[in-house]
Amino acid sequence: MQLALLGGFVVAALAPLLHRWFGARTPLVMALLPAAIAAWLLAQWPTIAAGEVLLLEWAWVPGLDITLTFLIDGLAWLFALLITVIGALVFAYTGDYLRGHRDLPRFLMILAAFMMSMLGLVLADNLVTLFVFWELTSITSYLLIGFQHTDPDARKAALQGLFVTVGGGLALLAGFVMLGLAGDSWSLHELNARGDILRDHALYTPLLICVLLGAFTKSAQFPFHFWLPNAMAAPTPVSAYLHSATMVKAGVYLLARLHPALGGTEAWVVTLSLVGALTMATGAFLAIRHTNVKLLLAYSTVMALGTLTLLLGIGSETALIAYVVFLLAHSLYKGALFMVAGILDHATGTKDVTAMGGLRHTMPRTALVAAVAALSLAGLPPLLGFVGKELMLESVLEAEAWRGGILLLAFVAAFLTLAVAAIVALRPFFGVRHETPRAPHEAPGAMLAGPALLATLSLLFGLVPGVLDGLVTATVAGLGAPGAEVHLALWHGLNLPLVLSLASLALGLLVFRHWDRLRAGLGRLEPLMARGPEAGYEALMAGMVALAEWQTRFLQNGYMRNYLVMTLLVLLGLVGHALLVRHSPSLDFHVDVHLHEAMVVGLMVAGAIAACVMRSRLAAVAAVGIMGFSIALTFVLFSAPDLAITQLLVETLTVILLVLVLFRLPRFATLSTPVERLRDLVVAGLAGGMITLLMLAVLGGERLPRISDYMVANSQPLGHGHNIVNVILVDIRALDTLGEIYVLALAAIGVYAMLRFHAGEYDAQRPSAPSRRDDG
Amino acid sequence: MVRSGTLILNVAARLLLPLQLLFSLFLLLRGHDEPGGGFIAGLVASGAFALYLFAYGRRALDAMLKVSPRDLVGMGMLLGVGATLPGWWQGEPFFTAQWWTVPIIDFKASTPLIFDVGVYLVVLGSVLTAITALVQTDHEDDAAG
Repeated sequence: MQLALLGGFVVAALAPLLHRWFGARTPLVMALLPAAIAAWLLAQWPTIAAGEVLLLEWAWVPGLDITLTFLIDGLAWLFALLITVIGALVFAYTGDYLRGHRDLPRFLMILAAFMMSMLGLVLADNLVTLFVFWELTSITSYLLIGFQHTDPDARKAALQGLFVTVGGGLALLAGFVMLGLAGDSWSLHELNARGDILRDHALYTPLLICVLLGAFTKSAQFPFHFWLPNAMAAPTPVSAYLHSATMVKAGVYLLARLHPALGGTEAWVVTLSLVGALTMATGAFLAIRHTNVKLLLAYSTVMALGTLTLLLGIGSETALIAYVVFLLAHSLYKGALFMVAGILDHATGTKDVTAMGGLRHTMPRTALVAAVAALSLAGLPPLLGFVGKELMLESVLEAEAWRGGILLLAFVAAFLTLAVAAIVALRPFFGVRHETPRAPHEAPGAMLAGPALLATLSLLFGLVPGVLDGLVTATVAGLGAPGAEVHLALWHGLNLPLVLSLASLALGLLVFRHWDRLRAGLGRLEPLMARGPEAGYEALMAGMVALAEWQTRFLQNGYMRNYLVMTLLVLLGLVGHALLVRHSPSLDFHVDVHLHEAMVVGLMVAGAIAACVMRSRLAAVAAVGIMGFSIALTFVLFSAPDLAITQLLVETLTVILLVLVLFRLPRFATLSTPVERLRDLVVAGLAGGMITLLMLAVLGGERLPRISDYMVANSQPLGHGHNIVNVILVDIRALDTLGEIYVLALAAIGVYAMLRFHAGEYDAQRPSAPSRRDDG
Repeated sequence: MVRSGTLILNVAARLLLPLQLLFSLFLLLRGHDEPGGGFIAGLVASGAFALYLFAYGRRALDAMLKVSPRDLVGMGMLLGVGATLPGWWQGEPFFTAQWWTVPIIDFKASTPLIFDVGVYLVVLGSVLTAITALVQTDHEDDAAG
């Protein structure tokens, strides 16, 4: 499975190549990948249904306890299946939606990469791995929202989505680290078994806050909901896939995943219930203000995500069952509706539902699909959405905290959602025929197949919800309610949820009838809306830019001398603190110097002093060169030939680079005042003193075992090499070296870019230091 | 300001270049047991090409190298990252060194060697990128002025 996942990334990278081979059929070819994974998942069903948990182990970085182990229980299985099945349909749909688009290969590449990241996210058992995939979904989502990168609105929306989710991701990382420390494990299935320890741990509250921040931003919970509707700038397949069926569910997936470990406390119940209920009502309320079909659907997605959070907050067995059913129902109908929205946009050239009408004559099949999916969204029988909504209302009645308030919010959300469903399904297809920018036509088969299949499933599962019993049981077991008795049914008897449903039906239809007038009325609230959380985000961004400007002017003013002073001062503060406070070094020199050693050191000192006082640049360079060669000589004296060679070569190349740069520098001038020079002298003296102390502490300290002994002992037997320095560089510490050559490559690109594109601008202040590195 | 050099420099650069490159390869291959290694070898090779550049100018260097120095950096990074994978495929942790013996010449091939070649290329490419970029802007300035 891991290989399939990693292979998926390779397939993503190969998308442009595949496009060259298969042309317009590429999306269908690429749909085979998720289809194959879905088939594999289906083959695992007997195991999952038996309540077993598949643990596919794979060590990744054993030294850091990071694994690529996959954990497939009911919850992960359900999510993975949704991701792959809807993924396959979306690929097929994309083929027609973006037919002939110039950037189709790029789109497919990112979409496939997203799919694999999302799959990794729901399957990962390790916190670190989960986090890596989590961030990958944020980044691919950013690229997909900004797919139409020539449109400034799309770019802005993409950045907003990225900042909100990645900002939350940062909190999540902190939360995960605390979680790992508190539970003494990085593995989710082990953490879930240690729920009692975690809930009583001193770190529980801070880690909960951080994890919730991560999950809430990802799943667009109030007050972070604003990025999701803006993300509708993405092409419709993306909206259908990322921003309704999969990525935005990552947050509620994580909450569900951690429910056994963290759930059930008062903080958890109250926060999740309130945030969820607020999000529900806000989403549904904001939805009916819009006439853009994608925005209507996006806000109703916000509402659905709120519902899922609320259900996890309530946390009773019914609520967990409701969570699973609602999740499945929502993925099915919302995926279908978004694809229908894309079809409408494609066929008519507008996204505004008030501009469409009477399309059922020209697009009868699309109308049918839309109607079925919308019935499920509205929560009407006999669709799966109805089962989900009934269960939701039933769980709300069981809520322990704030029951009345939550019930009210849930009821408001329910009837407004019903109105949204009616608007989406009825406005475009019924009523008077409007002139649209494009002459409408029925959708091609490949585009309609996806939504039709999803809508059919909604209907099928709604008619015989009993077929889902096994799946729901298995999933709920992963949520911390093992052995639940699940009997889904369409008819729950005449009870309070049914009454509430009927009331919401009446109210919802009322809202639909008077929608146009209602919208006009709500328009007057616009000034108030402008002060919503999004304004807070804008202010935050503006503040960040201002701060960045200030600190750039202060710290990075383009003068090399300031950079040096700043760097040295920071170093002095950090290292000096550690050295003086923690180790209190002693000043005992063991002077045992030969005459030739003293001479080399004297040469070094003379070179340094000369470099400082020389009144000519060439002479200063020569003086620095003397210093460098003396250092090389020191390496030779202490038998470190590798270092000596490196030092000599670097000195030589420095000369070459300086020759190239020297003539381009301005005339030698004294720019600093005597006071500044005094300050520099103090900083330099302190830095030198600190390094001396550091050296003494390192040489004198017996506290740490000498790591070099290990390297000397193992370089031949393990590294098969006699040159210890090189074995360290390319084998024992190869990861460090990889980082170093990466930095070197970046430096090269930086130099190139600076000289190539800003040759005139930076002429006066080009840093002339060559890329050096600290060897050994 | 970097003009074609004098006769002595030209001849010296032409004669020294193959020797220096051979020496750098020698340093690279023996690096695992004796002083040397990818970093040092890369620096030696950069020095060789820099000398050639000073003697014959940018165009001659480009014509001889055939690839852009920036591509060398990329290739080096690819080799460096690529060397991490074989251990993984063997089911061992990421980056575990793998050793193979080439039968006839009894040569020790290994992922650390591949990695070292990567380092070599990145160092060579980076230094040459910096140097050629500097020379290039000089030429542009000359053309403009």
